[in-house]
Amino acid sequence: FGDLRRMNKRQLYYQVLNFAMIVSSALMIWKGLIVITGSESPIVVVLSGSMEPAFHRGDLLFLTNFHDDPIRAGEIVVFKVEGRDIPIVHRVIKIHEKENGNIKFLTKGDNNEVDDRGLYKEGQNWLEKKDVVGRARGFLPYVGMVTIIMNDYPKFKYALLAVMGAYVLLKRES
Amino acid sequence: LRKNVEDFTGPRERSDLGFVTFDITADILNGKNDFCSIFDWNVKQLFLYLSAEYSTKNNALNQVVLWDKIMLRGENPRLFLKDMKSKYFFFDDGNGLKGNRNVTLTLSWNVVPNAGILPLVTGSGHVSVPFPDTYETTKSY
Repeated sequence: FGDLRRMNKRQLYYQVLNFAMIVSSALMIWKGLIVITGSESPIVVVLSGSMEPAFHRGDLLFLTNFHDDPIRAGEIVVFKVEGRDIPIVHRVIKIHEKENGNIKFLTKGDNNEVDDRGLYKEGQNWLEKKDVVGRARGFLPYVGMVTIIMNDYPKFKYALLAVMGAYVLLKRES
Repeated sequence: LRKNVEDFTGPRERSDLGFVTFDITADILNGKNDFCSIFDWNVKQLFLYLSAEYSTKNNALNQVVLWDKIMLRGENPRLFLKDMKSKYFFFDDGNGLKGNRNVTLTLSWNVVPNAGILPLVTGSGHVSVPFPDTYETTKSY
């Protein structure tokens, strides 16, 4: 903390602004991705083993959600059940689409014995386009593990944030 | 890719239930259309599925996955399956299977890479299955 006392107020404000710029840029990139892909959550981490051996817990998925992309059997979609926050990554196994484009579909995890009807809301038998967060287009293995560790061990998350904050505030450009 | 099928519809209170048995032969053709060439260094597995596609009065487009299989890298890439029953119940949303002459079965697969893009590929060759005009009440499955 000797360093911190030696800096005058101006330098401190400068450091804080630098930090704010980094955070803003990161946010802008994230928002930009949301716009380009059309999905509210263009990057998701696989949370369960229900799609093994294709995807394991901790894998990272890249999604798109273009409005005109039709939903077809065999596609891997990420959806949210009404009222719940957790995104689920499963495969579409049945679709029934009307002429006007209204579609209802059923999903199932590759590694599950039964389809997802048990996961849907009480009385809900089908999913609709509005439940879809996006379609899985690409994936990277293991990379999402960091998010899972931070969720399961919050102390790790705070420690990481503290270290990052201290580094950014104390680093000085000479 | 060749498929041979036999089918009939069973009665249910509200929706038609179809029963299909099929054979799948994945031929090794001229090196461009076989599964061997799909398994390159970045392919972890193939998720194969047989889907039935048809339209009915109720719905302009219906697709139902009847059967699927995971083929890992290193497994025998040739398929010789005979007299397979569908893995999943072939329910229609309504009564559109009865007398439907135009139900098409296609084999497709999802290429799962070690890392990268996840493409969905449809196999060449599909089979049209006409469903009979009457319900069968006595066949057991």
